[in-house]
Amino acid sequence: MPIFGLWVINKAGGLVYQRNFADGLAQLTSNEYLVLAGTLHGIHAITSRLSPIGSSSGAQVIEGETFKLTILLTATGTKFVLLASVTETSAELILQKVYEIYADFVMKNPFHTPEMPVRSEGFDQRITTLMGSFQS
Amino acid sequence: MAYAAVNHPRVSVLSTSSQSSLDHPSPTPSSTRFSLSSAPSINTLNSANRPTGVRPNIYERNLNKTRFAEVSLSSFAFLFSELVQYTQKRVNGINDLERRLNTLGYRVGTRVLELLFWRTESTSKAPKREIKLVPALMVIHTQVWKAIFSKPADAIEKSVENADEYMIIDNDPPIERYISVPRDMSQLSCSSFTAGIVEAVLDGLGFPARVTAHNTPTAQYPSRITILIKLEKSVLEREELLKT
Repeated sequence: MPIFGLWVINKAGGLVYQRNFADGLAQLTSNEYLVLAGTLHGIHAITSRLSPIGSSSGAQVIEGETFKLTILLTATGTKFVLLASVTETSAELILQKVYEIYADFVMKNPFHTPEMPVRSEGFDQRITTLMGSFQS
Repeated sequence: MAYAAVNHPRVSVLSTSSQSSLDHPSPTPSSTRFSLSSAPSINTLNSANRPTGVRPNIYERNLNKTRFAEVSLSSFAFLFSELVQYTQKRVNGINDLERRLNTLGYRVGTRVLELLFWRTESTSKAPKREIKLVPALMVIHTQVWKAIFSKPADAIEKSVENADEYMIIDNDPPIERYISVPRDMSQLSCSSFTAGIVEAVLDGLGFPARVTAHNTPTAQYPSRITILIKLEKSVLEREELLKT
């Protein structure tokens, strides 16, 4: 049940963090990742308006034949996106933990500028540890 | 003066409460102080333990009550983060930033010393003040660290090369737990703030010194720091006199 990758998309639709953890995804350039993240942001905005009965949180899972894309939308509009295999059952749990790590090691870091790409060693390290504990 | 206009409801509760009159010897709890107590309490742990949900004004609280007086590390981390960002906008270069953090820490340190002695020595049968260097450093290593970080520091070392240099070592400083210093600023140690606290405490105890913080990571403790204390000459001369 491999986890392929993690994206963090800011509230404006910009990709602020992207990392791959396992082979299996197409190799993309950073520009293509930015475009994809922007597209997903748009799709998410559309899905959140599709509900016939009032407001909706938007797409939470997009599933394909070979992969599953799980989205966690936070109260502030930041999106955590996990790309994993279809059989991965703990995607929501992983995203919650990623959110926690993000809150600790990105938001509490004085050298991080909000809405800008995440460059924090502490965050990288904790994500590596977290993914390691779920990959095995 | 903006806060003086906010007439918060807690004062009346406080002045009629019999317990508070025992706790607070000040004759009239004044409502015209610059109080922030109408702001919601940050310490959720504490308010959860009080069924009434009413807390006295921070200035009126008993100074000796330390149970449940801890501040959440998260709140502190956010405050400290803002403090570093604020300082960073107003300085040129890392040395300047460290110096400013040191100054801010100094202002905390003077208060820490006062409060610590108030709490420990006021109840003691034989109140005392350390006049020798090594016991004074032990006080900082143990009591000051416990008061601020809820744990003692990890080691005290004496410099081999210089007689006037001592080091306090913390393997995992809580104030830096969530901080990742960017690579281009790798010499920066946010524990300069802690160094400022130590400098103030030493100054207050009568051991003037120049205190700086340095990152000394090891494989086991990547965020290990060393607080370097460079004592003034007068201190060493006095130590010599006290020996005889």
